[in-house]
Parts: sequence; C-alpha cells; structure tokens
Amino acid sequence: MTLNLSHFTAAVVFAVFASIVFGITQRNSTMEQVKYGLCCFALFVGGVFVAGWVMALIRR
Amino acid sequence: MAKPTTEKGKSAVMKPEPEYPLTTMAVVAPIVGWLIPGGGHILLKRYGRGILLLISVVAMFLIGLGMQGRIYQPNGGDILDILGFVGDVGAGALYFLARIMDWGNVMAANAAADYGKTFLIVAGLLNYIAAADAHHIALGKKP
Repeated sequence: MTLNLSHFTAAVVFAVFASIVFGITQRNSTMEQVKYGLCCFALFVGGVFVAGWVMALIRR
Repeated sequence: MAKPTTEKGKSAVMKPEPEYPLTTMAVVAPIVGWLIPGGGHILLKRYGRGILLLISVVAMFLIGLGMQGRIYQPNGGDILDILGFVGDVGAGALYFLARIMDWGNVMAANAAADYGKTFLIVAGLLNYIAAADAHHIALGKKP
C-alpha cells in the first residue's frame, strides 16, 4: 500500500496526532488537555502557513 | 562553620527521602508503554488516554510506512543515521515488527518518502514522551 499525501495534508495529519500526544502528556486535567491539544494543533497549522508564506516571499 | 558530628547533625546533611518513591509499577509502566504505545497508560487504568496514544502513535507509524518511509537500522556510522535509529526504535514493538517483516527497507526516492521517514521517527519520539508520562503517573506526580 502506498500513500500519496500532499505536503499540506501530511502536515495536517502530523499536527493532529502530535497535538493529541502533546495534549495528553503535557497537561493534567481533561479540559486542560483538550485546550492544550487544540492550541498545539493551531500552532502547527499556523506555522505551516507562516513558513509557506516566508518561503514564497523569499522565492520572489 | 563546624561540620556536624552527631547523628542528628548527619541526618541534617543527608538527602531527604524522595517525594515520589520508585515503585515496581513506575518501572514496568514505561517499559510496557514503550513496547506497546499507550500500554503504560492502559496498565495504569487510564484507558481513554492509552487508547488515544495507541491510535496516534500506530497511525503515524503506519502512515510513515505507507509513504514509503525508511526504517533505520542500528549502525555506528553517520550521526544522523544513529539519531534516526534512536527515533525509530522508540516505537517499540512496531519497530521490531517492521524489521522482522522487512518493511521500510527502502531509500527515500521522493519528497513523500522523506515525509514518511519523518513520520516514523516522530512516532517513536512521541512514544518516548508517552512512556515518560506513564512513569510520572505511576509515581503519582500526575493524576
């Protein structure tokens, strides 16, 4: 089986699973874990957009 | 200042008892958690967290293999290869299964394969974090 994910899809999938593990392991209560996981996910995906725009601007 | 010579003085300079004594479960849980992702949490009756960790690490590992990611083998050569091996082996039983089945024995030929390699390494690294978390739960540092 071969998966052909685009760069963006791969980054989002990566962000989902990494955020789940970070949320569970870095906070104590369930609500804190959910909030931290969502925060990590937003930072991962936001970082992808920022890095993308920086590379696009450098390329011009 | 004079050194304490009495028994009372000796006890004053001795290290205090650790706040979280090392128990058998605090040793076993991270080992189980390393071998089976989320297993440490399940062993400690944190079923929800354990299952989520299991799904996350196994999914990342399988996606990495699906993207034709490379599995590193133990070697004493390039430092990056050694670090890649350390990351990969963090996935525990998944790593050994992949080695036995000869999965991931490919060279990165495209960008997707490079991402796959990263997925495999990060799955192992996340599993290390999960195992350390199981250790903290078993010690009582974390609920």
